[in-house]
Amino acid sequence: MDPMMPVSKLAEWSQGSVIASAALLGVGFGFVLERAGFGNAKTLAGQWYGYNFAVLRVMFTAIVVAMVGLFGLYYLGLVDLGQIYINETFLWPQLVGGLIFGAGFVIGQYCPGTAVVACATGKIDAMIYMLGFVLGLVAFFFAFPKLESFYMSSSKGRVLLPDALHVSTGLIVLGVVVMALGAFAFTHFLDKKLGKSAGGEV
Amino acid sequence: MAREEETSDKSAAVVPEPYWNSYKAGALLGLVLLLALVVTGRGLGASGAVTRMAAYSTQKVEASVHGGTSAEETTFAKRNAYTSQYLKGPEDPLDDFLVYMFVGVIVGGFASGVLAKRASLSVTFGPHTTVARRLALASLGGFVSAFGTRLARGCTSGQALTGGATLALGSWVFMFAVFGGGYALAYFLRKEWL
Repeated sequence: MDPMMPVSKLAEWSQGSVIASAALLGVGFGFVLERAGFGNAKTLAGQWYGYNFAVLRVMFTAIVVAMVGLFGLYYLGLVDLGQIYINETFLWPQLVGGLIFGAGFVIGQYCPGTAVVACATGKIDAMIYMLGFVLGLVAFFFAFPKLESFYMSSSKGRVLLPDALHVSTGLIVLGVVVMALGAFAFTHFLDKKLGKSAGGEV
Repeated sequence: MAREEETSDKSAAVVPEPYWNSYKAGALLGLVLLLALVVTGRGLGASGAVTRMAAYSTQKVEASVHGGTSAEETTFAKRNAYTSQYLKGPEDPLDDFLVYMFVGVIVGGFASGVLAKRASLSVTFGPHTTVARRLALASLGGFVSAFGTRLARGCTSGQALTGGATLALGSWVFMFAVFGGGYALAYFLRKEWL
């Protein structure tokens, strides 16, 4: 059977379909983030200080569900992976960018998506975070001529973990599931040890 | 404008609903992400839209400073190798998948907050700090995060979540780096939250 998903390249969609699909997906995304407690900096801070592991649990559950779904549909021949957008790898910029981003996360206790949801529910600290974020973007734009060579360095193209580690895709998927389950178990162990309750409450 | 616990402790005031169980929220988030991937071929994103809007605004502000629409072609934003990727071509820079998704995220977050009685103007901060410190750190955190997200070509949504689920090598490097950078700094800021 020919893969039937994605329906066609987004570039070939009518403007109306792009708007409708993006907006609807965004509504779902924003709704779930808020329900998870991510519109609240205290939930997010819990990850770093060990009193609430919602960030790790929600993120890894989401990754596992989407990954198993995506590669499952691919094995069934329903999805054309070549048509799915895969982030290109730029090893060093992503490593350094990630370290800086992690530092920014702990300083501000939001990330962009969670801050947007927090703004939408009236969190003034999130609005200030977004203000700082926009100023940071403008600063990045102006600094870009100096950063460009690093930004473009260690370009590896479209590399998936199975290619990089020379392991089959199925084994990597299984490995991610096992790692996620191990991480969940560890957070519940820490909850018991630190005497904190499980779940999303703050 | 009240501290989180104070608003929820007042028995007479509105009591917000509890947040969802993390695994339930995670499973539903995963389904939204899967739907985004298989229907549109794109994933979820948050910082991309803000970057696009910031590039667009930078150009507009610059042009207005330097003498109106005629100056738009010569602005720094138009010549800059980074911002120009959003500004070249005849298309409207804001007519973009991620920008529409951004609008959706605001609507979805607001709807959820209102339905769960959680939408109100407030500042979230730890028990042993001040509003001023919280807001100063929030703005600094935003500034630093913007640099990180642009260097890495995405944030928690586009890199960690979407790139993680599609098994992109660089996205997994990013994800572990975020946790590494975060935990390395967390100890020094513990008094803000504990």
